[in-house]
Amino acid sequence: MQERVIDSGKDRGAVFQAARKIAPLAMGYIPVGMAFGVLAQKAGLSVLNAVLMSVFVYAGSAQLIAVGMFAAGAPPVSIILTTFVVNLRHLLMSAALAPHLSKWGLGRMAAFCYQLTDETFALHSMRFAEGDRDRRQTFMINAMAQTVWILSSWAGALAGSGVPDVKPLALDYALPAMFIGLLAMQAENGLKWLTAGFTGLTAVVLVQAGLDQWSVIVATVIGATFGAGVETWTKK
Amino acid sequence: MDQKIVFLTILGMAAVTYIPRAAPMLALAARGIPEPVMRWLSYIPVAVLSAMLAPSLLLREGSFDFGMDNLFLWAALPAFALAIKTRSFFGTVALGMGLVAAGRFFLGG
Repeated sequence: MQERVIDSGKDRGAVFQAARKIAPLAMGYIPVGMAFGVLAQKAGLSVLNAVLMSVFVYAGSAQLIAVGMFAAGAPPVSIILTTFVVNLRHLLMSAALAPHLSKWGLGRMAAFCYQLTDETFALHSMRFAEGDRDRRQTFMINAMAQTVWILSSWAGALAGSGVPDVKPLALDYALPAMFIGLLAMQAENGLKWLTAGFTGLTAVVLVQAGLDQWSVIVATVIGATFGAGVETWTKK
Repeated sequence: MDQKIVFLTILGMAAVTYIPRAAPMLALAARGIPEPVMRWLSYIPVAVLSAMLAPSLLLREGSFDFGMDNLFLWAALPAFALAIKTRSFFGTVALGMGLVAAGRFFLGG
């Protein structure tokens, strides 16, 4: 791994580059983060706790589900267990990025994993696949992305009482729209699209079967096995 | 609501979120990963994204909805087209949200 000497001019360049990489991601984080903040305020969380959840947990969909449960008066243990199940999918993402970061050392990997989200995962897996594994850039992207997330949650929590509903602004569509953009970038060939379609339908079937909490992780395992299986089979 | 309990719940959530994020990478770093496993892992990104996306587009309250008022589904079509054509993540999010907001405004969904 090559280390570069970085002078202040290049340093500014690196900050600028990282900012350009997360700009589209921020476009999705801002509305979702604000929606979270608004809903947290409505669920009765203090502004401080809403912000701290974005600092410590930093997982969009789990945070939205958690505030829903807080609002419904669910016991803490069931909120924590639900968060665990919903976020288990990161197991697969962490494993998928492992080959790229194996030379980083455990401390840096542990720090990197703290900010592993659906969106940063999609962004980094693309960068790493292109051979762009610059460590500074990677951490800068992660730090900026979480900063945007925290500030958006904070703004949402402050504005919460003044926002009657998140629907007219389509804040609830930011997450699906983000997944569409990320998916289109990841699916670089026909088999990847086929895998996406197959996995999507599997997830739908699982949700309909009542396995809401497990649908993502189970469908992902089945779908990746399908994709890798077809690739192995067609290459023979 | 007792904010102290909320805070302790948040700490619990943080712990159960961090462990699955870090454990596989730290465990796999110690040894090489065989080729078939690498191949399998290369399908994880598309699989996990579509597993999260598809139910939100196709299902409403647990059952299929292909009705005209399922804005999430219909807005996804031009959003996908734009994403594939331009590879613009920014444009895709803006178009998708814009269409859903406009649909709700005009159709009152």
